[in-house]
Amino acid sequence: MAHDQHNYLNHQKGIWSWLTTLDHKRIGIMYFIAIMSFFFLGGVFALLVRAELFTPGKTLFSADVYNRMMTYHGAIMVFMVIVPGIPAIFGNFVLPIMIGAKDVAFPRLNLMSWYMLMIGAAITGSTLFMQNVDTGWTFYTPYSSIKTGMGVIPMVLGVFIIGFSSILTGLNFIVTTHKLRAPGMTMTRIPLMVWALYSTAILQVLATPVLAITLLLLIAEKTLGVGIFDPQLGGDPVLFQHFFWFYSHPAVYIMILPAMGVVSELVATFSRKTIFGYTAIAYSSLAIAGVSFLVWGHHMFVSGQSEFAGVLFSFITMLVGVPTAIKLFNWIATMYKGSIRLDSPMLFAIGFMFLFTIGGLTGVYLASTGIDIHFHDTYFVVAHFHYVMVGGTLMALMGALIYWFPKVTGKLYNDTIGRISWVFIFSGFNVTFFPQFILGNMGMPRRYYDYLPTFTELNQMSTFGSWLIGTGFLVGFFGVIFALLKGKEAGMNPFGGKTLEWTIPSPPPHENFDKTPVLTGGPYEYR
Amino acid sequence: MNWFSFIPATSFMPVPATKESGDVDNLYIFLLVSGLISFIILIGGMVIFIFKYRRKTEDQKSAYITHNTLAEFLWSFIPFVIMMVIFAWGWNVFHDLRKVGVKGDVEVHVTARQWAWTFKYANGIEVNSPTGDKLEPNIPESTLLKPEIVVVPVGKTIRFILTSDDVLHSFYVPAFRNKMDAVPGRRTTFTFTPIEKGDFTVFCTEYCGTKHSNMMATIRVVDSEQFTAWQAAEIGKKAGAADAGPAQRGEALFKGSLGCSGCHSLDGSRIVGPSFKGLYGNKRDFADGSSVVADDAYIKQSILVPTAKVVAGFPPAMSSFQGRIKEDEIKDIIEFIKTLK
Ligand code: HEM
Ligand SMILES: [Cu+2]
Repeated sequence: MAHDQHNYLNHQKGIWSWLTTLDHKRIGIMYFIAIMSFFFLGGVFALLVRAELFTPGKTLFSADVYNRMMTYHGAIMVFMVIVPGIPAIFGNFVLPIMIGAKDVAFPRLNLMSWYMLMIGAAITGSTLFMQNVDTGWTFYTPYSSIKTGMGVIPMVLGVFIIGFSSILTGLNFIVTTHKLRAPGMTMTRIPLMVWALYSTAILQVLATPVLAITLLLLIAEKTLGVGIFDPQLGGDPVLFQHFFWFYSHPAVYIMILPAMGVVSELVATFSRKTIFGYTAIAYSSLAIAGVSFLVWGHHMFVSGQSEFAGVLFSFITMLVGVPTAIKLFNWIATMYKGSIRLDSPMLFAIGFMFLFTIGGLTGVYLASTGIDIHFHDTYFVVAHFHYVMVGGTLMALMGALIYWFPKVTGKLYNDTIGRISWVFIFSGFNVTFFPQFILGNMGMPRRYYDYLPTFTELNQMSTFGSWLIGTGFLVGFFGVIFALLKGKEAGMNPFGGKTLEWTIPSPPPHENFDKTPVLTGGPYEYR
Repeated sequence: MNWFSFIPATSFMPVPATKESGDVDNLYIFLLVSGLISFIILIGGMVIFIFKYRRKTEDQKSAYITHNTLAEFLWSFIPFVIMMVIFAWGWNVFHDLRKVGVKGDVEVHVTARQWAWTFKYANGIEVNSPTGDKLEPNIPESTLLKPEIVVVPVGKTIRFILTSDDVLHSFYVPAFRNKMDAVPGRRTTFTFTPIEKGDFTVFCTEYCGTKHSNMMATIRVVDSEQFTAWQAAEIGKKAGAADAGPAQRGEALFKGSLGCSGCHSLDGSRIVGPSFKGLYGNKRDFADGSSVVADDAYIKQSILVPTAKVVAGFPPAMSSFQGRIKEDEIKDIIEFIKTLK
């Protein structure tokens, strides 16, 4: 019985023991609570934005209020939910266990990362009550530096601090993966989730500082009038875009690689089959991480950069498409001759593949200069990145939640609730974002408060879909509460997983392993 | 000459109205078809496996397959080849859209500013959008302004030379499948050859502040005779305007090329900045607590150094007109403001 056992949950008691904990598992849970609160807030803004767009003209708010909500929705979702999401929550919880370690390499640094996220979020969030920001999450200059209020400063300061949280987490994961693997666990025997987190960590450490510097330069320009981005002071407004995307393009892979890791685990476990092409999946993560540094200019095909630059960035972007395609083929090949069970985590993995395929294929359209000229900054792009990021990351997040829930809490997540949640999220997702591809075709620009009457029906469909998604996540959340109160005892390995976390009790003991495991084979040996 | 034209793939796109846009559509159709095939292979395969290899008994075993070099080579190499085709084709179309260094038969300087476009022809004709408070009719609660019309001749190469007075904007005409950012301090070009007559909407696609979605214009493509006639009429109008009194000239500036009406109303309503109704000779309260009676000096200062005195309750959003406005134009505007009782 889990209750009598000595585990990490009852190891110490009281709120203070949580706030000062150095246990990676508890920190993972703290991240979960924090990030889910941000997600709720970002979701409310999303629903409001969609509600405003239900009819052309003013539906609920003025243009000013709309622009702010659109900005907060984007900034919260990107910087506070999807970027930290899977690595901070599930990475923290499962990474050390999956490699047979007692904790991460630097437990204090790990706790500090959590506090930095909280401090950054508090500073960013405080602008909601003082000086709302209306720049959009990309903070493009010179609008952000000369044309809008001073709220931009605390906003980007908060994002800057959140960035440090991300860097520290990445650093921690890199060292942990290199130094703390159990005996026998070579780099080619680590689970694919760990490979994904490891590749992500490299991106976090290398790319995030660029964002940090960019944001500092923006603050310097806004407060001291240093002419970096403002042409009236002799600066270059497009320089900001270069800096920004030099971070933010790799960042989109910070968002998606961990999700790919989750999907690799789910597909293997629920197909009860060795993952197909382990090395290809592992190395394609690294390849994506590497190449993603060289493609930032594909966000700027119409910024006035030279035609040659555009062509070069287009070419390199196409190269990212290949490892992405490889992963999809490998997951599907893993299901071939498998023994597949459609439990709710697997449904989310399948949902991921479905949505991610659409998102990835439309990415190829956008990478092709000739057609991106038409689609850039329209709803087509909005649809594309929601398909990959939300369809990808959030689907994987839900899958991960239900999959590791029994390990984390010792209780099973009710599968029926999981399935109902999936139906709402998956269908709602397509109803919301598919029409946006068509709106992009028709030429509706993004970040639009008001639109021509011809765009009305598709926008209404999209708004309707957003309610379905909202319902789906509420059901999913209800499932968490229900499982905590009424969930069945899970046992050590409810899904038949092969990675190390399934070899220890649920919930795990304080130091994960009573006896350090010794590995003799790869992670997915279903024979 | 639509490749695959029997597939109404581009049926959601506006009619292709320029020589270049047909090529863009062909590329799009190729992408759509190849994308659809890839989707069917991937997702179709996935769905088949889900049903075929469903776990039926609890102890059902799976096959042990770790890799297959040939399959892996093929599914890396084939996508690579397809993507290179898409890349090269896209490059080709892109080069044609950009027309780097090509001079137009008609050249127009386009200046973007929050939240309007100004079109200046070589012969001095100027079209400003929007000219005043013309709201789009028939849409309840609409905030869209009725876009002003810019006329260009069909069949000629037209080059717009873009720049911006304040922030980034982007000049986008869906029917032309073309788009280019207007960047302050820089000149970019947007070149096209219209083949269809009609009215085509211009949008701003780079987020530029509160009224980003209102920043529209209409390009009217007509035949050469009509274009010549339009030019003659515009030049006549301009000559007429020159004879008008200072207040009329001021009004034209206010609603026209300076674009003041984008932010300031004349009827007391609040847009982005304060209304000018009853401004002259009345007290203004400022954000810093001070106040002053609006006179010539104050109005002039507000035009040239808008941040010097910011009216309480409004953001310091206006940018300086220094260098864009002449001394006697300021006088005309003041005369116009005096008439707004
Ligand atoms: C791996 C998952 C992917 C993620 C998470 C992702 C994410 C994003 C995001 C967030 C944006 C919009 C950025 C903005 O706000 O402006 C974007 C745009 C873009 N993506 Fe992706 N993407 C992914 C896959 C791909 C792929 C596979 C390609 C091409 C092979 C691609 C090509 C592009 C291009 C060219 C743009 C710029 C479009 C434009 O602004 O005109 N993406 N992506
Ligand atoms: Cu604009």
